[in-house]
Amino acid sequence: MTDFSIIGKPIAMIDAAGKTTGTGKYTDDLSVPGMLIGKILHSPHPHARIKRVDATRAEQLDGVIAVVTGHDAPNPYGILPVGHDEHALALDKVRYVGDNVACVAAIDEATAEKALELIDVEYEVLPAYFDPEESMKAERDLIHDNKPHNIEKDYHHAFGDPDKGFASADHIAEARFIANEVTHAAMEPHSTLASFELDSQTGQLGRLTIWSSTQVPYYLQHKLSLVLEMPMSQIRVIKPLVGGGFGGKSEVIPLEIIAAVAARKAKAPVKITYTREEVFWAHRGRPRTIIDLKTGVTNDGRITAVKARVVQDGGGYCSYGVVTILYSGALLGALYDIPNIQYYGYRVLTNKPACGAMRGHGTVNVRFAFESQLDELALKIKMDPAEIRRRNLLQPPCVTVNGLRVQSYGLPECIEKVVEGSAWLNRKGNLPRGRGLGIACSHYVSGAANSIIRSDMPHSTVNIKIDRDGGVVIYTGASEIGQGSDTMTAQIAAEVLGCSLGRVRVIAADTDLTPIDIGSYSSRVTFMAGNATLRAAQEVKKLIAAAAAKKMDCAQEELLFRDDKVVIKGQSDKSVRPTRADATPTVSGRVENQILRGSLQQKRKDDDIPKETMSFEEAVVAAIDFHGALTGTGSYAPPPEARGGKHKGGGVGPSPAYSYSAQVAEVSVDEDTGEVAVHKVWAAHDCGRALNPVSVEGQIIGSVWMGMGQALTEEMIWKDGLLMNPGLLEYRSPSSVESPEVVPIIVESIDPEGPFGAKECSEGSLAATIPAIANAIYDAVGIRLHESPFTPERVLAALRAKKNAKALNLTEGVDPTAPQRFREHGGALCFKGKGPQRNALDLVPAQS
Amino acid sequence: MKKQLLTLRVNARSHEIAIEANALLLDALRRELDLTGSKRGCDDSSCGACTVLVDGTPMLSCTMLAASCEGQEITTVEGVSEHGALAAIQKAYGDWGGAQCGFCTPGFMMTVKHLLATNPDPTEEDVKAALSSNLCRCTGYSQMYEAIKAAIEAEQKGMAGAR
Repeated sequence: MTDFSIIGKPIAMIDAAGKTTGTGKYTDDLSVPGMLIGKILHSPHPHARIKRVDATRAEQLDGVIAVVTGHDAPNPYGILPVGHDEHALALDKVRYVGDNVACVAAIDEATAEKALELIDVEYEVLPAYFDPEESMKAERDLIHDNKPHNIEKDYHHAFGDPDKGFASADHIAEARFIANEVTHAAMEPHSTLASFELDSQTGQLGRLTIWSSTQVPYYLQHKLSLVLEMPMSQIRVIKPLVGGGFGGKSEVIPLEIIAAVAARKAKAPVKITYTREEVFWAHRGRPRTIIDLKTGVTNDGRITAVKARVVQDGGGYCSYGVVTILYSGALLGALYDIPNIQYYGYRVLTNKPACGAMRGHGTVNVRFAFESQLDELALKIKMDPAEIRRRNLLQPPCVTVNGLRVQSYGLPECIEKVVEGSAWLNRKGNLPRGRGLGIACSHYVSGAANSIIRSDMPHSTVNIKIDRDGGVVIYTGASEIGQGSDTMTAQIAAEVLGCSLGRVRVIAADTDLTPIDIGSYSSRVTFMAGNATLRAAQEVKKLIAAAAAKKMDCAQEELLFRDDKVVIKGQSDKSVRPTRADATPTVSGRVENQILRGSLQQKRKDDDIPKETMSFEEAVVAAIDFHGALTGTGSYAPPPEARGGKHKGGGVGPSPAYSYSAQVAEVSVDEDTGEVAVHKVWAAHDCGRALNPVSVEGQIIGSVWMGMGQALTEEMIWKDGLLMNPGLLEYRSPSSVESPEVVPIIVESIDPEGPFGAKECSEGSLAATIPAIANAIYDAVGIRLHESPFTPERVLAALRAKKNAKALNLTEGVDPTAPQRFREHGGALCFKGKGPQRNALDLVPAQS
Repeated sequence: MKKQLLTLRVNARSHEIAIEANALLLDALRRELDLTGSKRGCDDSSCGACTVLVDGTPMLSCTMLAASCEGQEITTVEGVSEHGALAAIQKAYGDWGGAQCGFCTPGFMMTVKHLLATNPDPTEEDVKAALSSNLCRCTGYSQMYEAIKAAIEAEQKGMAGAR
């Protein structure tokens, strides 16, 4: 069935008006009576022992209600069960500049800020580690005592026979690639409001309500319960509108815990909102990644083996690190048919803010290396770069050598579409000097097949309630963060029930009201919450159909639900007007057949005559007369056969379905300034089925755009553990004038298990953009860039190296730890002109 | 700091508020008047999420004093919709995917409102240049251009209908 009334139609997101009018509420827009403002004291040192914290002077300041420190909530937590290495506030040690030391709750922001300066902290500064490869050699002053050599986790995987694979290769390429650190920089700074209520029975502090900018309300509820030692049922997490996540809100961020701890001590509601600079310190972005990659191909373009050694600069805490390093290896598979893979992955701790999950989690940097190297190999064997990709396609349905099950696979069509769209065959290699085309592919999971907390519970559950008013209310724990999850849910329910979208109301992400959904991360919501919605709606529909069939004197199977009507199939008016998504819903304010209207006698008389059609409302009322208020529930858990291999770490990477992307980028390179401009990107994405094409295109364009940011300008620049560019201007997120035209091309492979065939569309496109641009730069000026972002400095250095000229050192003589003037080269505001103190034993690598 | 009485005229209504002389316009709007549509995204005038119109000119309310706006006509995103219905640009942003997470959207609404007021038929370059004052992390801007085009078309049609 491809004849849908709501699925596949471009519709406005159901919460769009709240966003364009400013009436939609984000966490920082909320306030409750008696609310205090919380401010956090951050560590000025990258690595230090806390000898003493004295908050006496701060506590005495008028307007300060409470000061909390680590000992107010000493239980450890972390997003991964294997990585419980964080505390609400530092207990004995700080591990990065910006680590959380104390929090003041005061009557207003100015008082809280003033109080921060009155907290006396005595530190013993320890040697710090800033470079992962140096950090791996550490013998003493470890960042965490239980992590020898500062290695959070390492994996050594071999699938197939890599050595034999390389032996059968005709050409082998080997190189080191480096992708520097980037961060989400979601427009909404993190914000949390925590409020306890007094318990009627005990008279003491009782239930806690948290409003927070989170992608994972359920995980937040779980971690709060650990730290506060409260049962989960006593904690209610509500997610208001969230101003973008990209992974940065997909784990518990320190302020979320700190706000609750402060509210408990202050005995009053506390709101904490990060400044933009604090958002940069909270970070959890994509780690700087060093990739030593070796690939072998035969003369006819078949990949015989891949060997990757990946080192990730994870920062001071585990965060999602173990998962990130596993994704980097696991998703070497499932894009192409690679028979032999060797993967060594090292997640290393350093004295910088923790890295975590970011759009395309773990796959992006390795994809940049792989697709660049594949381009090089294509050149070596004189094969068109699009062709070498076609030669290595998977033959689904299949299971890859590392245990990933692939069913739907739109990659071949994606490649065809971008080759055609960009006129690749005519234009590649034929553009004027300085202008070039590059191609690359990528893929991503449609939700992780294994939850972070290993259990058999469904990953998503959705409840639906329909009452006599004919309104459909969906209760879902799925977290709308701007990607359109609420709209997706409403569309699926409306399509199944054959009712207009205007009838559907979505209640989402409130742990008191909505059933558990593990959150908006790993691109899982459409696939998993979508399937749960589908099942819940089907369950309710069955109840309505049973009642309607009786009234219409036909079999249930003969009924067709569509356009707010229930009709008998075949007898339905062929010219049924397709419901315009934006049409006014036919909620009449008057429900036919209610016994409240007219006499019961009349109703019974009417009931005796079989009806030919029923309105949705009539059918609903008929069903309620049988069953009481209609409710349905549906849940989704990934099937066992999609959960991956049995090897250690094999739980990360498997997904019920993978999305695919192919891209061609057109760039120009200014050989005098080293500046790269991206003019146009053709991006084809296999999303299974586009439930809402406007949203799908928006996600594709947004992914490509964010990938371009990482490729050209975005970079977290560190000097001795201090972030040089903690501001949106200095971080250089591209503005409208720097953004290319992106041509989104939707490819629909109709996944057998996706809801209406749908898969993910929000992350998979990002990874292809960076190598597509790198390959286009090679096409334009013949330089192969091994380090991202491709800034003018790096491009110029590569151009000069090609001519055997000495590289220019543009920042020679600059010492970021001793700025000559305020905020020179960026620099953190908190130092007010002073650099961080350094320990004489610091293992600082020679300035590169 | 001692608070002072100040009269701010916002969205065609006058409000008398008591605030510190150093209070920022954004804080006055958000905290005193509960007009939370204008957002704080960056603290240092780099993102444009706090954009409001002061006497018709787009200004960053996060880096200007509320006291400096006395006697001026301030328009916030809450004052964009017309006669209880979405303005053409608001409807178009929804229809064309110009808003995803929506946090930057209020700022863009103000920037676009000013653009269309001063240049009713902008070229693509004009639109790009105008929008470069605001940052968005979700959309890559492309769907905003479509939305602006659609809004201009809707406005022109609406005006033709009126004639």
